[in-house]
Amino acid sequence: MPRISVTVDGIRYDEEVEPRLLLVHLLRDRLGKTGTPIGCDTSNCGACTVLLDGRSAKSCSVLAVQADGCDIVTIEGLSTGGTWHPMQRAFHEEHALQCGYCTPGMIMAAIDLLHDDPDPSEESVREGLEGNLCRCTGYCTIVRAVRRGAREMSQKQEGAATS
Amino acid sequence: MTEQLDAGVAARQIKESDVLSGAGDGREVGRARRRKEDARLVTGRTQWTDNIQLPGLLHVAFLRSPMAHARITRVDTSVARTQPGVVAVFSGQDFAAEQGSLPCAWPVTEDIVLPDHPPMAVTEVRYVGEAVACVVATDRYKAADALDAIEVDYEPLDAVTDMTAALEEGSPKVHEAGNKAFTWKFAQGDIDAAFRDAAVRIDRTYVQQRLIPSAMEPRAVVAQTDGDSFTLHSSTQIPHILRVMLALTTGIPEHKLRVVAPDVGGGFGSKLQVTAEEVLCLLITRRLGKPVKWTESRSEGNLTVHHGRDQLQRISVAADADGRIRGVKVDLLAGMGAYLMLVTPGVPLLGAFMYSGIYKMDAYDFTCTGVFTTKMPTDAYRGAGRPEATFAIERIVDELAAELGMDPIELRRRNWIQHAEFPYTTVCGLTYDSGNYEAATDRALALFGYDKLRAEQADRRERDDPVQLGIGVSTYTEMCGLAPSRVLGSLSYGAGGWEHAGVRVLPTGKVEVVTGTSPHGQGHETAWSQIVADALGVPFEDVAVIHGDTSSSHKGMDTYGSRSLVVGGVAVVQACEKVKEKARQVAAHLMEASPDDIEFTRGEFRVRGTGTSRTIQEIALATFAAHDLPDGFEPRLDAEATFDPDNFSFPHGTHLCAVEVDTETGATKIRSYVAVDDVGSVVNPLIVEGQVHGGIAQGIAQALFEEAVHDADGNLLTTTMADYLLPSAADLPDYTTDRTETPATTNPLGVKGVGEAGTIASTPAVVNAIVDALRPHGVHDVPMPCTPERVWRVLDQARTTAQSTDGGL
Repeated sequence: MPRISVTVDGIRYDEEVEPRLLLVHLLRDRLGKTGTPIGCDTSNCGACTVLLDGRSAKSCSVLAVQADGCDIVTIEGLSTGGTWHPMQRAFHEEHALQCGYCTPGMIMAAIDLLHDDPDPSEESVREGLEGNLCRCTGYCTIVRAVRRGAREMSQKQEGAATS
Repeated sequence: MTEQLDAGVAARQIKESDVLSGAGDGREVGRARRRKEDARLVTGRTQWTDNIQLPGLLHVAFLRSPMAHARITRVDTSVARTQPGVVAVFSGQDFAAEQGSLPCAWPVTEDIVLPDHPPMAVTEVRYVGEAVACVVATDRYKAADALDAIEVDYEPLDAVTDMTAALEEGSPKVHEAGNKAFTWKFAQGDIDAAFRDAAVRIDRTYVQQRLIPSAMEPRAVVAQTDGDSFTLHSSTQIPHILRVMLALTTGIPEHKLRVVAPDVGGGFGSKLQVTAEEVLCLLITRRLGKPVKWTESRSEGNLTVHHGRDQLQRISVAADADGRIRGVKVDLLAGMGAYLMLVTPGVPLLGAFMYSGIYKMDAYDFTCTGVFTTKMPTDAYRGAGRPEATFAIERIVDELAAELGMDPIELRRRNWIQHAEFPYTTVCGLTYDSGNYEAATDRALALFGYDKLRAEQADRRERDDPVQLGIGVSTYTEMCGLAPSRVLGSLSYGAGGWEHAGVRVLPTGKVEVVTGTSPHGQGHETAWSQIVADALGVPFEDVAVIHGDTSSSHKGMDTYGSRSLVVGGVAVVQACEKVKEKARQVAAHLMEASPDDIEFTRGEFRVRGTGTSRTIQEIALATFAAHDLPDGFEPRLDAEATFDPDNFSFPHGTHLCAVEVDTETGATKIRSYVAVDDVGSVVNPLIVEGQVHGGIAQGIAQALFEEAVHDADGNLLTTTMADYLLPSAADLPDYTTDRTETPATTNPLGVKGVGEAGTIASTPAVVNAIVDALRPHGVHDVPMPCTPERVWRVLDQARTTAQSTDGGL
């Protein structure tokens, strides 16, 4: 079996995996990273989205062997020193989740969206999150949360730049 | 948006001040509290059923029928048993003696056909996806691999997918007893008289397409046993009902069976079920003595999670020339699918009493025939019967307005129950306790900019603009708070509709609330904390809510039908009252006063007219110590309450939708959507807004996007999320929402329920808007979902008809 080395939420794992093993199953079933859920089998829902070398990827459509050598951040690795990421806070503040099943993927996709567009319009958020489905919220509060998270992230960066 | 600003009114926005102070009176109820549940959900520290790992856990995979209707002539599992990692392989025959029949708790008539429903098919399959065998293996990949090695021979039988065809003589039979499950009738007033001399009569047929509920979390089950008792974790809305039903189905004594609903990722009715997989996982763990897990894939779920809607509605309305509605007749075919599941036959009955909507009329006549087809069974889906009823009445009222040349709002005003007329007993026999349709409608019209949009519509029509504007109205009410047990009994439902709560004040003054409701996204932990904080005068943060586990929450009727707050929340209030009375006894004793002289304000018991007081926390500690309590007083500051409501609750509201329909492409764009809902008193406006938003989205999805499509052989064609179109953020508009508050008079909280309101209201609002846009083109209906292709075809047909009528061909 191929041997891979991945870093997940700051910890390095060396694992022997079947070539067909999906990254999401490696995370959930082997590494116990159950914060990343699975919502579909056709990569439509985006619930399993993680950051793979800094960019969002649907971990149900990546083989574990493809992630060899990669740095992976899941929803569980977003908080630092017990402090939530601004996007986690924004989702909480704007009531952008109900059952919360899509939330990890939604937050990871939103963070990636801001890479390309740090101050997205409502329309940009809606189009940018097209690959992430939510059945509970009707999306308005998610859109508000992403824009709020964007503002807080840019303020944080400005704060860091001026200090 | 521009129109709304021009109207000089702003929708209610939740402000930071709402969070900090709510109504400004120090009460928790009414505050837009951020949810307690979020902390684990935004950080990934969740407990979904599929997360569970146990030593020696085995994985189950099901082999499912590829045929809609067939006789099973042979199942050979011998090769599969030899595959790597395979522990066991079972066919239906292996379970035949012990699997029983999946329960139907709502046999709506005495002569209903209740077919045997084996969890795993033994001799015949009746829908694509029905389980015929299963593999138990050491991991989920190996279990799936071994399915390929099972051989099944089928002898095909004819499928029947269309309800009307199913009722015809000579149709293939789904069951020996025939394809008619039941006919249920209900009549009030003299319907013949209402229709005989009415000036206007309109007849319409509407199709409520089949929907796939699509909760984001796929179903999952983990079953385990210590050899004596059993524990079942399931992604379910109904741990309590499930425990009773599984005990009855499997023969495992109820006290030896614990059911747990851990974090549950949405339900919308789809997890209000006793599923084949839950029964089978229990049987497998009983057989093997080992823990097993089954998690469905999405495509498996689309096939085998019960579907929703699937009704053919023939509706007629009779009215006077001035628009006064005389009567409504409904003849309904309700698709059951292949079997009757937990509440399958009862779903259309939940709508039976709602076809009169908010309107007064003299007579009403309702007939519903339940029909078997070779498809996945239907059952509850958000609104369950009420969206269908509301759609039909709100659509046909718009048709009546068009026929009479009246504004649809004006026609509604002439017919609806006036605010001063409440409480009002409708033609269907329900007593609506409170409501204010005038206030909600006036508010919605102002926010929407109704007159200005009508002017723009007239202008576009005048210019023959290829993009036409349509305005859709939906003035809905619904029946929530399921349900008074006596009413359920009179409708042949197998259980009651009460709800249970326990409240215990711990020695340190912190409070634990045990609720029989089972939340899966609704925010009960937050809302119940607010209620208890007010009732006992303790900090919001000091309250914890326990739910979803029959070992810690022993009694409950669970969460569905917008019942949790209206029934379960009231039970919490009643339990708090009992606790407070106990505390009052202790307080009086400690302060050497009469209990009658003790006032309670915000957590403090004070001897009236003195400065002497004790906090509830002090009393909790004193009760725990039990050194100095009244004679005969049990040293406990806890209480339980079971609340059985006397009546349903009736939220209502006015939803207005403006669409732009491109008459050349058929594409529909929602330009603005305004919802003013009256859900009675509000515990947490943030949660209410969220429920309304999500509900609207699901209703819009039925109007525009979603449909479970089968081919003539009964194969589901929409098995994936690529084929079954759940709307994304890019497909939906922003909503303008606001509320009016007319408290319910039937419960101490004044609450009415909100979980289903948006879904019930929005579907007719959207379709009415589309039809309104196209009416000048001769269109009076577009079947759902109103996809661009369907809109275009309807338009094309209307143009062709117009040309042939004009002799233009």
